[in-house]
Amino acid sequence: MSVMQEVAKTRGASRETRKGDGKAAAIFLAPWFVGLGLITAFPLLASLYLSFTDYSLLESPSWIGIENYQRMFDDPRWMQSLSVTLRYVLISVPLQLMAALGLAMVLDRGLRGLAIYRSVYYLPSLLGSSVAIALLWRQVFGADGLVNQVLAYFGIEGYGWVSHPDYALGTLMVLNVWTFGAPMIIFLAGLRQIPAMYYEAASIDGASKLRQFFNITIPLLSPIIFFNLVLQLIGAFQSFTQAFIVSGGTGGPVDSTLFYTLYLYQNGFKSFDMGYASAMAWFLLLIVAGMTAVNFLASKFWVFYDD
Amino acid sequence: MTDTPVRPDAHTEPTATRTPVRERRSLSEVAAQVPDAPHRRKAGPRVRRVLKHVMLIGFGLIMLYPLLWMLSSSFKPNEIIFREPGLIPSAIDLSNYGEGWNALLHPFHHYLLNSAIIVLGSVVGNLISCSMAAYAFARLKFRGRPIWFAIMLMTIMLPIHVIIVPQYILFSELQWINTFLPLIVPKLLATDAFFIFLMVQFFRGLPKELDEAARLDGCGHGRIFLQIMLPLSLPALATTAIFTFIWTWNDFFSQLIFLTRPDMYTVPIALRTFIDATSNSSWGPLFAMSIVSLVPVFIVFLFGQKYLVKGIATTGIK
Repeated sequence: MSVMQEVAKTRGASRETRKGDGKAAAIFLAPWFVGLGLITAFPLLASLYLSFTDYSLLESPSWIGIENYQRMFDDPRWMQSLSVTLRYVLISVPLQLMAALGLAMVLDRGLRGLAIYRSVYYLPSLLGSSVAIALLWRQVFGADGLVNQVLAYFGIEGYGWVSHPDYALGTLMVLNVWTFGAPMIIFLAGLRQIPAMYYEAASIDGASKLRQFFNITIPLLSPIIFFNLVLQLIGAFQSFTQAFIVSGGTGGPVDSTLFYTLYLYQNGFKSFDMGYASAMAWFLLLIVAGMTAVNFLASKFWVFYDD
Repeated sequence: MTDTPVRPDAHTEPTATRTPVRERRSLSEVAAQVPDAPHRRKAGPRVRRVLKHVMLIGFGLIMLYPLLWMLSSSFKPNEIIFREPGLIPSAIDLSNYGEGWNALLHPFHHYLLNSAIIVLGSVVGNLISCSMAAYAFARLKFRGRPIWFAIMLMTIMLPIHVIIVPQYILFSELQWINTFLPLIVPKLLATDAFFIFLMVQFFRGLPKELDEAARLDGCGHGRIFLQIMLPLSLPALATTAIFTFIWTWNDFFSQLIFLTRPDMYTVPIALRTFIDATSNSSWGPLFAMSIVSLVPVFIVFLFGQKYLVKGIATTGIK
């Protein structure tokens, strides 16, 4: 004990003699400061400026005010990209989180082989954003792909799912749900934090499993659910690779997989319409910030903090 | 005796051994507590447990089926890929690998090497720059620290699309397009702020007494950082290295933008050109090279699972 007290004392003393570590901090933070300035902050402001200009990389930018922003709302492809992305996000993220929570509940409670199950279910999360998996998806949901082979076994004739405007987006949603492993691991960690005695007490009182789920698990897990929700919403909104590969870079068929970021890429780096692309990027930033803010505000009403 | 012997409920197990008073206990339930009757006690839940495992294994198989099928198809001759949804090839054909390896402008190891260079640069860059910044945020006192820290946290959430256009302009002014510099240099400048955050969290968990004692012995911050903090932070460094590896290896968006010359292509970009270069009917070689592209991630996953799981659970990264 006395050693600890002494350490505590010297700690206080050294804090007094140390008038801050400004010089050392400047050295340790130097790379980060340079990166923040040149790689993050300057481009951020530059893109805000460019969003008010007409700029094609060949000639210098010319100021056109809010024209780019007005153009977005008159641009049916932009509207389509927003609608596609919103549908993708609002359908696949809740499904993905439900799968994640469901599996986490089953895997909790000292199940034998837990580590193996966890790894197997997590693996798709690591691979899901790769080009290889997107190419696989293109085949699996293709006209003569794996899914249709299995359906044919049952005598059902499928579509070319990835080339059908009604179903192409659905295949991408399936791909996103498939990567439920990462939020599942976060849920698993969260479920561990809930004291077992709550459940014991509830079952002694005769509460059904269902009631235990809604009255114990959900409220105590709500901060984690909220955290996962924000994270996955933001991530899903920026999805790019899957749609790019499955549609061959077009966002087709008939713009049905034209993700927001894909349309942004087409504008910025295919037609080099960089002013418009910058305006789209800033709109994206506002959406992401807005979603986060709305979630935080809404969380006051449904997230339960146990302290 | 209408009561089931033990409710098939894992949570009753601790209660069964602990609770002294419970009115509605059936005889068999009491009997179940006698130590030499463990089998009867577990008879009910066992069926359920087996069922649960069967379900979990079945579900896992369905999830992994596309992957396993791709692996198996990469060994199938092209003409049977589309006729065989099964996993065991009726004929094994290794030529897909040879064919795929040489299907593009450059042999596939050219792209593997390009990816490896970028990954290596990114891992080293992130390890050095993020741990340095994290040390400052976790241990040093300087003016405006809370504000800088908040700014750092905000940059984590910043979508790359908002800065990519000016970055492209900047890097093309520097003549850096079609070099690996736009993909490596930012990592040396700690722009992957997520890892700063991860390491700040880890450093904060280390006992402060250690570096305070070192300071009393006359150690400067450089030595404290290098000789005390870093050796103790191997788990956080491993997590950073593993995630950087996987993210960079899988990264498509920025590599697509900054690398447009075929000899600079990385694995994901090269894979993508497969669709254009070969007709849609040659899935075999494409699957073979897709498998090759996934092998490094899979190896890292096998050996780094512990750090991956810990990293996700504490910070929520993918």
